[in-house]
Amino acid sequence: MPLLLSGNEAIVEGALASGCRMFGGYPITPSSDIAEKMSLRLPKMGGKFIQMEDEIASLGACLGSSLTGIRSMTATSGPGFSLMQEHIGFAAMAEIPCVIVDVQRGGPSTGLPTYPSQGDVMQSRWGTHGDHPIIVLVPFSILECYTLTIKAFNYSDKFRTPVIILSDEILAHLREKIELLKEIDIKVRNFPEVPPEEYLPFDSRYLVPPLAPYGKGYRFHITGLVHDETGFPTADPEKVRSLQERLASKIPEEEVRDIDVRYMDDAKICLFSIGSIARSALRAVLQLREKNKKVGFIRPITVWPFPYDEIKRLSRDLDVIYVCEMNMGQIVGEVERAAECDVRFIGKADGTIISPGEILHNVSI
Amino acid sequence: MKTEIAVKYLRQEKLPFIWCAGCGHGIILASILRAIDGFGWSKDEICIISGIGCCGRTPGYLDFHTLHTTHGRALTFATGIKFANPALKVIVVMGDGDSVAIGGNHFIHAARRNIDITAIIFNNYIYGMTGGQASPTTPVGKIASTAPYGAIDPPFDIVELAIGCGATYVARGTAYHVPALDNLIKKALIHKGFSVVDVLSPCPTAFGRRNTMKGVVENFTWLKENVIRKSATKGKTSEEIGKRIIIGEFLNIEKPEYTEIYKRDIIDKVRSPIKSSSINFFV
Ligand SMILES: Cc1ncc(C[n+]2csc(CCOP(=O)(O)OP(=O)(O)O)c2C)c(N)n1
Ligand code: SF4
Ligand SMILES: [Mg+2]
Repeated sequence: MPLLLSGNEAIVEGALASGCRMFGGYPITPSSDIAEKMSLRLPKMGGKFIQMEDEIASLGACLGSSLTGIRSMTATSGPGFSLMQEHIGFAAMAEIPCVIVDVQRGGPSTGLPTYPSQGDVMQSRWGTHGDHPIIVLVPFSILECYTLTIKAFNYSDKFRTPVIILSDEILAHLREKIELLKEIDIKVRNFPEVPPEEYLPFDSRYLVPPLAPYGKGYRFHITGLVHDETGFPTADPEKVRSLQERLASKIPEEEVRDIDVRYMDDAKICLFSIGSIARSALRAVLQLREKNKKVGFIRPITVWPFPYDEIKRLSRDLDVIYVCEMNMGQIVGEVERAAECDVRFIGKADGTIISPGEILHNVSI
Repeated sequence: MKTEIAVKYLRQEKLPFIWCAGCGHGIILASILRAIDGFGWSKDEICIISGIGCCGRTPGYLDFHTLHTTHGRALTFATGIKFANPALKVIVVMGDGDSVAIGGNHFIHAARRNIDITAIIFNNYIYGMTGGQASPTTPVGKIASTAPYGAIDPPFDIVELAIGCGATYVARGTAYHVPALDNLIKKALIHKGFSVVDVLSPCPTAFGRRNTMKGVVENFTWLKENVIRKSATKGKTSEEIGKRIIIGEFLNIEKPEYTEIYKRDIIDKVRSPIKSSSINFFV
């Protein structure tokens, strides 16, 4: 039976279906109804909801509960996402699975609390200090809010990494009919294959070492300091390098990258967009195609790791890529790095959606 | 520390401690271990969590589930661990800067929830690890590297703070009065609810040297001379007690504990009788 859900509701359904049983959060528009729904639904399934004192605490609590083996999630928006950066770094360094939903709103600072933006694209990649791996998924429909949340949990367990779902105010409260999946493919994290005496929480024989849950006989140490395989701090350049290199390579980009490519076979120009604005871009493409214009459409679903290779390949026969984003120019820089054609930018950050009409107005063909 | 206890609970390969000679932190660690040993708890049911600072290095030496988190945020991780798996015994060790400066917000809220966590504050009146800057417990007039003319910010009284915020066991001890400290930590650990032990811990290196306590001995003598047991204050006027710091138990009350209330008043009431999920991870 199809359900009429908002983006935020679909994320909740995806999380619960994935076996998320702990949510720690702090209210912030336009993400609060995720916390509200979780507080209602989780205890019915024996799960736990806790409203923490701020977003640093929310993510801290999720990381704590994740260490006991429970799938854990938090959700926030701009100002809260800024506060979470400290623990996103900790999760990346200590390799603790967790899912973070950022429902983007206008920024910087308190910005435009009830208006959409895509201003956190670069923050989602580089918001916390230091080099670190991250996966960022960007839904553009209500169905994707649901399916990408399921994917986010699987990736976070499989690769022992924080995974960010970058939604925005438009998707958060847009409603579409979706059919929930009957069978969910759940890939929980690996349990150690060795007895406790032999267990290394950061075993370098693995790209992603199994993480033993607290309380199951595997006693080990976790720190945010650079550590060796045993989990204890080290500053030995060789060991530091070994950790940094494993972290930098542990997420297999070919597996995780996901890109929605349409009408590209004969395209001379292309509209490139992510998330809710890709809906406008797709509409604009369809309108141009009706007039027999050779226009294509590219939408990364996984925005980080960014699909440089695919853009490079797809851009070879193009004259120009128009990058449409609801900010003053963020992802456009990455497209420029990859593309072998002209790149132009259509963007704004005034709290209003970029309409198909605005895109068409800016495209010269 | 008795050898049996050291052998049983310390990660031998991590020794020696990084702490300076005369640091009070190691004494507090030994006290915690004696208390744990007295209860006969299994090492597998104990989680010990710290923030960042000299105190923050404590868990690394201990053969439990150990977690060295971010500066000030140990209680947030501890809350998640305890909430997710109430069967675990959760102990948090924090410096004074850790617990009531950067982590002040988490401290007051953990106390307010009365979640079953024991918070032990290694209170040396100073930021030890970063070289002696003023902390929220540096007494007025004392010298710190960022208070070269003497601290002017009134300090927190951690005991009063904890009581005011809803902790249900609150005590103060020192690294000099060791048998008394053993007893306070024991009581804190078996207490159901949020328990706090504020432990005065000499830091000869970053605090003592700047404040006319050049050697290790002076630092401990200061504690000896400037502390009075709560029991000894009975019948004494406040003039007689003077500026001495009172140690002992300040609060020990029973109140519903957070994870128990969540289970009893929420999960048990609303959980659907049909098993809603066949997903069983590790729990
Ligand atoms: C967010 C953040 N700010 C500052 C620091 C630097 N820092 C490390 S330890 C510390 C203070 C430690 O003092 P305290 O908590 O009293 O512990 P002690 O070293 O005295 O045991 C500071 C400020 C940090 N690690 N993280
Ligand atoms: S600096 Fe102070 S607190 Fe740190 S180890 Fe030395 S004596 Fe202890
Ligand atoms: Mg200190």
